[in-house]
Amino acid sequence: MEEKHFSDISYEQFLNEEKLMGSRCKQCGTFYVPPRPICIKCYASEMEWVQTKGKGKLAAFTCIAVGPPFMMEEGYDRTRPYVSGVVELEEGARVVARIEGVDGSKPETIKIGTPLRVEFLHRGEGEDSATFLAFRP
Amino acid sequence: MQKRRKLGRGVAVVGAGMSRFGMFKDKDSKYLFAEAFNEMRSAVDKGMDPGDIDALYLGNFTNDFFVRQGHWGPIIADLIGLTPKPATRTEGACASSALALREAVFAIASGFYDIVLAGGVEEMSKRTTEEVTQGLAMAAIPYEVNAGFTFPGVFGATATAYFARYGANREHLMNVTIKSHNNARLNPKAQFNVSVRDIMNKRIERAKKKGEPIPDWRDEKEFLRDPKANPVVAWPMHLYDCCPISDGASCVLLVAEEMARNFTDSPLYVAGIGQGSGKGLHAKEDLTCFEATRYAAQEAYDLSGLKPEDVQIAEVHDCFSIAEIIHLEDLGFFPQGEGYKAVEEGLTRLDGPKPINTSGGLKCKGHPVGATGTGQVIEIWKQLRGEAGERQVPIKDLRIGATHNLGGTGGTCTFTILERR
Repeated sequence: MEEKHFSDISYEQFLNEEKLMGSRCKQCGTFYVPPRPICIKCYASEMEWVQTKGKGKLAAFTCIAVGPPFMMEEGYDRTRPYVSGVVELEEGARVVARIEGVDGSKPETIKIGTPLRVEFLHRGEGEDSATFLAFRP
Repeated sequence: MQKRRKLGRGVAVVGAGMSRFGMFKDKDSKYLFAEAFNEMRSAVDKGMDPGDIDALYLGNFTNDFFVRQGHWGPIIADLIGLTPKPATRTEGACASSALALREAVFAIASGFYDIVLAGGVEEMSKRTTEEVTQGLAMAAIPYEVNAGFTFPGVFGATATAYFARYGANREHLMNVTIKSHNNARLNPKAQFNVSVRDIMNKRIERAKKKGEPIPDWRDEKEFLRDPKANPVVAWPMHLYDCCPISDGASCVLLVAEEMARNFTDSPLYVAGIGQGSGKGLHAKEDLTCFEATRYAAQEAYDLSGLKPEDVQIAEVHDCFSIAEIIHLEDLGFFPQGEGYKAVEEGLTRLDGPKPINTSGGLKCKGHPVGATGTGQVIEIWKQLRGEAGERQVPIKDLRIGATHNLGGTGGTCTFTILERR
């Protein structure tokens, strides 16, 4: 695992394996999710992989009624908006993710600060397969 | 700021022009730029010879994707008879032509060129909304795209963070929309040159004619609260919180300061110019501001020796209503967390102490992304020269105006301060 590049490709491979992984700077300890190959605090490039606990809370969200084709293909539309959000992880870093298990047509019921747990959405098959990061209450 | 910035020599704006912004099935990028170029020429008081232009900087963002052609510098250079002189395309997403302006300023300030054209063009409306959404997502952060975020979505999420922190709500966003439409009503070049009230009256008339139930909105806010009139795009961003899809072009003629009076007796001088970069939504330290704007503003204030209170009028990048509120704070016009109150109190209205987006802003003037940056300069050009007609702000001794342009989800921001001396 240590040999994996600190790249988006590795990050996505880990998501496929249902792991939300970040990189921690070996010099100053700053933690990044998604991983960074260069620490932007101390500029060191010695990193190590750290798996997050996958727990966090909602920091910001939006209920999207007009989405890109790949979301519309999942059955979302103007009458059935999906929710995307910013999640602040227990480890301190923030990630952007789909927010599942909330009603996008009732935004007033979605509260900032709600505790969330990670979920991995596997979509497509074979060459087209991808895993999307999601969280749910 | 670690080091005091300075320009090698002064730079002046001596002409500015734009095409009409809107959705035009019958106008392509070249035609649109020709419209802007012709208006710019006629705006140069003492005339100009296009053969004297030393170089072109051209902002464009999506033509690769929408028109399947990416090499726009020489195409536009040829259009205006500039070849074989150099043409450089700049890309900063929705801030592309502000980058063109900045490069033009540097080219003149360095002493290399004397007369430079900076402009932008964008041709977007010949594609479906879904295709445009997908094309614009090229300026988003890939993580955001994977999480389903759209542009309105990123600003929607920004709004929820802002609301939670400062106690603002949707009603405050509506104040921005109503103001922008009131200004655009007075701008014949605006894509939507109507007030929200005008739109309401038109809908009521139409319902009467068709014998349909007549809507009973009592005021603009009731109209904007009506989900039929103003549907959700990416909550809390509704249709009337979002700028439209537009085609258009704009350009500005810049010359070395010492030559300015050969072109006009009332040039505008570039007092300050700044640019910053920003991180994606997940990596931002503060979800309720744009670090790129703050850096750009600081650079421009530093160069000019001016303060936020010295800026009398500004065009800011209101791609979404919440963005205008945040820019008012990031640019230092109002304290952080109080931008929404300033709008509510009418301080940013045409007749207020700090008029913002007198053109109608991106929301109403239109947002042909690559043309927006230099398009904003045109409004300041008109206002500072007293040529804004019905929407001329009633400020006495109007001398200092500014433009703020934002690209992507805040990845590239610029701030330019112009001065009439």
